[in-house]
Amino acid sequence: MELLECKQLSKMYDGKIALQNVNLTIPRGKIIGLLGKNGSGKTTLIKLINDLLVPSYGEVLINGEKPGVNSKKIISYLPERTYLDKSMTVKETFKYFSEFYDNFDTEKAKELLKDLDLDINLKLSKMSKGMKEKVQLILVMSRKAELYILDEPLGGVDPATRDYILDTILSNFNEGASVIISTHLIADIEKILDEVIFIDKGKISLVSSTDELRNKEKASIDEIFRRRFKC
Amino acid sequence: MELVFDNDRPIYLQLVEYLKLYIVSGKLQPGERLLSVREFALQIQVNPNTMQKALAELENEGLIYTERTNGKYVTKNQELINKIKKELAVEKVNKYLSDMENLGISKKEAIKYLQEIGGEI
Repeated sequence: MELLECKQLSKMYDGKIALQNVNLTIPRGKIIGLLGKNGSGKTTLIKLINDLLVPSYGEVLINGEKPGVNSKKIISYLPERTYLDKSMTVKETFKYFSEFYDNFDTEKAKELLKDLDLDINLKLSKMSKGMKEKVQLILVMSRKAELYILDEPLGGVDPATRDYILDTILSNFNEGASVIISTHLIADIEKILDEVIFIDKGKISLVSSTDELRNKEKASIDEIFRRRFKC
Repeated sequence: MELVFDNDRPIYLQLVEYLKLYIVSGKLQPGERLLSVREFALQIQVNPNTMQKALAELENEGLIYTERTNGKYVTKNQELINKIKKELAVEKVNKYLSDMENLGISKKEAIKYLQEIGGEI
């Protein structure tokens, strides 16, 4: 059974089409880039997969089932905007995650935190933006999930933080699991991607293996994307 | 051990090139056991699938081999390693000569440059 399938998935908001007839299959064991400009439908698609929106038409299947209790157990999701209470300390966020998710590995999270040299009793509200992003990534990557969905994990972070984020994703995704990373910052991330999905105006315009695409077009994914979607 | 990749060519091919360099230069020794695909990938910070693909390519060329259940090893075939080394050296020389040609420097002159500058070191 496929890890994730979208069949004729469509979403309308206020009479506007946000997502139109998306047909997608996400295999296991791959790192996939969901690439599109701002407002292209990336976050809508991700929210539909995470059961935060209901399709107007079509369906999402995770391990053959519609999103719900079971899919939330196996999908580890990093939203674009945090839902964590900023008055919590790092330690409290670990506790919160371990109570919420059976597959949260507190020991692993503590290990990852060590590399950051960050006080476990520090409140989120006292941290820089980059540090908050890192803590949230640690939380998400410390779950033994089947699918990790990271919505714009690189938004507004400095290059050193970006490298940290990429390394952490690469080093910690559960073996056999897949990772979907949505971003418009393609150059920063393309070297770790197995596959890319281009999304534009609510439609999927291309699905390809990254190395095949580079070979065919003799260009970087970033360049190919820019050529296709010139502003 | 972090390698630099160009984004405009398949990453796995660039990885194959790097690993060949490791083998012909002796950084990876003949008969040496490689880390597992995942460990090796993480050490170099590439996607494990990319590493898998690169290793499959090297295995095709005979530069590494798999021992059932034991993992992957660098070939002990020194002749093959020498052959690949020679191929890579020829490639570099051709590149040098063509770069010099682009500068309007003849083959003969290009060789003279090598003797003059290379000889001093």
